[in-house]
This record gives sequence, C-alpha cells and structure tokens, in this order.
Amino acid sequence: MTRFEPKIVGFLCNWCSYAGADKAGAAQTPYPANFKPIRVMCSGRVDPQFVLQAYEKGADGVMILACHPGDCHYKEGNYRATQRHRMLLRLLEQFGIESERCRFDYVSAGEGEKFVKVVTEMVETVRFLGPLQHTRFSN
Amino acid sequence: MPEKPKLSVYWASSCGGCEIAVVNLHEKLLEVDRNFDFVFCPCLLDTKVADVEAMADGSIAVTFFNGAIRTAENEEMARLLRRKSRLLIAFGACSVAGSIPALSNLHSRESHLRTNFLDSPALDNPDGVVPQTRTLVPEGALELPAFFDTVKTLAQVVDVDYFVPGCPPEPHQIWNIVAAVIEGKPLPAQGGRLGAGPSSVCVECSRKKEDKTVGRFYRTWELIPDASRCLLEQGLLCMGMATSQGCGALCPAVNMPCTGCYGPPEGVRDQGAKMISALGSVLDIGPYKGMTEAELVAKTDAVLDSLPDLAGGFYRYSMAGSALRRSR
Repeated sequence: MTRFEPKIVGFLCNWCSYAGADKAGAAQTPYPANFKPIRVMCSGRVDPQFVLQAYEKGADGVMILACHPGDCHYKEGNYRATQRHRMLLRLLEQFGIESERCRFDYVSAGEGEKFVKVVTEMVETVRFLGPLQHTRFSN
Repeated sequence: MPEKPKLSVYWASSCGGCEIAVVNLHEKLLEVDRNFDFVFCPCLLDTKVADVEAMADGSIAVTFFNGAIRTAENEEMARLLRRKSRLLIAFGACSVAGSIPALSNLHSRESHLRTNFLDSPALDNPDGVVPQTRTLVPEGALELPAFFDTVKTLAQVVDVDYFVPGCPPEPHQIWNIVAAVIEGKPLPAQGGRLGAGPSSVCVECSRKKEDKTVGRFYRTWELIPDASRCLLEQGLLCMGMATSQGCGALCPAVNMPCTGCYGPPEGVRDQGAKMISALGSVLDIGPYKGMTEAELVAKTDAVLDSLPDLAGGFYRYSMAGSALRRSR
C-alpha cells in the first residue's frame, strides 16, 4: 500500500513567514513537498473563506503562518488572524473537521528552521489523520 | 380577452411564512390577480399536483418556490415545477440556502429519527416504530417520501433562474419583482438575486456606529440595549455586517440584533466565514501589546466562550448553501 501523502496549503505572510520559508530555501534545508505555500501580504488578509475553499479544492490541512506578536508590519494583522483562527477552529469542530487540520503558527523572517519544523509536524499530523473525508467533498 | 400568464407559489420544506409574505402584498394582490392566472399554491388554492402534471411543459410563466429540499417529495416537486415553469425563482431563505431546516445538517438522518421516534422522553413507542418509505399493511402498501440525510437548496437539485433571499422576503421587494415582470422590464442576468441590495444590513441601519469593539457577548435576554447605538458595539451578536441588505434593517429598528436571514451580501459565498472575518476585526481582548502567544489564545477563547453556538448563529439561514453544507 502506498503511503498517504497529505496536501497542505499554507498562507504565509509576506513580511515574516514567507521570508522565513525563503531562508529555509537559501540554506537548502529540505521540507516536505506536501506543502503548497501561498504568499499573502498579511496573515490578517486570510479570509476564513480561503481556508474553507482550500478544503473544498482538496487540501487535507491548512496552515496560516504569521509574524510573532508585536512584529506585524501592519501593527495588528497577526492579532486579528489569531482571533479569526480561534473562531474558525470552533466552527470547524461543529462541522466535524479536526482542529489539527487548521494550524496557526508564528514564523519570523529569521526562523527558517522553525518553518521547516512546523511544516514537517503538520504534514506528519495530517498524514496520521488521513485524507479529509467530509461528506460535502466526497459526493 | 387574451390568456393571462400563469403564476404558481409552492412550498417544500418550509413554514408557510413565505405565503404570508405574498398575502402581505395586501390590496396589491388584486393587481397580481388582474395580471396573472394564479394556478397553483397548496397553501391558498385547491389545485392538485395532478392538475400541474396535466399542464404543458413550460406553461407556467413564473413559479415562486419556497422551502428547502428535505424529502424525496420536495425534490420531485422541484423537478415537476422546473419542467412546467419558464421562470423558476428560489423564493425565501430556505430555498435559497437552506435556512432553519438546514440547521439539521449538523446531525444525521439516523440521529433525527432516533431522537424523534425512539429517545424523546415524551414518546410512547414500545415497538420502536420508525417511519419507512414503504410499509405493508393488510390493506396494501403505504408509502412515505424518503427523508434525506442532508437538506439541500433548490439550486442543488434543479436549475434556478433567480434567487429572492429573506425569511421571509419583504412584501415591497416581492412587489418590485412582480411589477417588473408585469411591466416586462428587463431582469438582471440569469442566476442573479432579486429583491436585495449589494451591500450589508448596516447601510440600512440607522443606529449610531462608533468604535466597533466587543469585549464580551450577551444573549438577547441578558440586557436591554440602548435604542440608538450599534447593537454589536453593545455586545449583541448582530449579523448585520455579514448579511445582505434588502429588509430595511427591520430587526435592529426594534432593538433586536440581525440574525442574518437575507443571507450573505453580494460577492460573499460563505456567510459564517465572513462573519468570522468581520468579528476578528472587532474582538476586544484588552491591550494585547506584550501578551504572549498563549495569553492571546486564552483571552480570545474567553471572549468566544460567551458565544455558545457559532455554526447555529452564523449559518442560521445559510447552512445548506455554505461551503461545508453539513457536518461530517
């Protein structure tokens, strides 16, 4: 049997997390190819509709990566993103989608290694959970 | 006298409120009668399904179809009326996006049947009888329409020409649509919405809007809100900012928060996700400068604990039409 390869979509803030991913790239640190990064100007730009749409289009898990508290280029976008994420988790739970399939984390421009760590963890967690089998997407 | 165009109003899984809204046209109902031959409406007229079946395909000019698709009968009627009607209009929140019946999409058919026929303490059902689609009795076979696991919108079953949101649609909006059809005015592009504006309820709400922050939510019975200030700013979960305009902000005008019956505004697909997006901009967890990651989470969760049911509140009228449609 072939091993399940989860699809993970990540929304990365332009100023910190995307630069962090770039740093991992520059240092040639490998990270799982399951991860599909999408650059957004700020984690606060991530409309929860984007997350639901990612699931709809076949993602098994979604990550939102933001600047550390206090570091947001727009002062408070990352706080807004955290609040939306906490709300979204409660909603997903009511719809029967595991909270592990939607992870929020902080990755700064210097944290190439942390980027690789959280992405690898996410891939392994979702691999363990298996494919997102929501009735809505299977019929 | 030339034959008048035929009009029908049908209810699927609904409460009858949409028919009340039609009757609330008051004396304009005479105007409707002058211009249309009202051929089918189980709530108001005695025409039978067989009479509709006997009509030629496409012979009904307009059908206002209200109610969600919950049973096989609902779906059968949707297909029949689609075939017989030149314009099929999803009329009211249930047929547009599921509304109250679709809240049951958070549960399964099995759990509904168990609760309603086996587990409820008020039941007297010693033999554990549960409805079947076909039951044999000495007199012959009895049939009931199948009860679906998932409540669907009208457009998830048949092609729909236009959507009229609202629970129920406001009579003045209904009249505007009927008048447009009577006068032969051009309708918007097929598949569009009628009887609702492009923006949100907030633009129609006359309450004073100041600094929009919410540090705690209250249930409607927990406080009597100030009659002039924004309800959300006073801590009531008002869905106005994630809900389409069209009603004239009737609920906030009488001190009740908007519950979202006109569905998402134009360009928004998922009302609940958009409400999260909007609330994420106004939650007040205190001065967050210097808070640790864990504190941010804990303080946000503390505010959210005053909101007991996100899915039920944010998708009260749009569960079946939302991105996820139902629980797993």
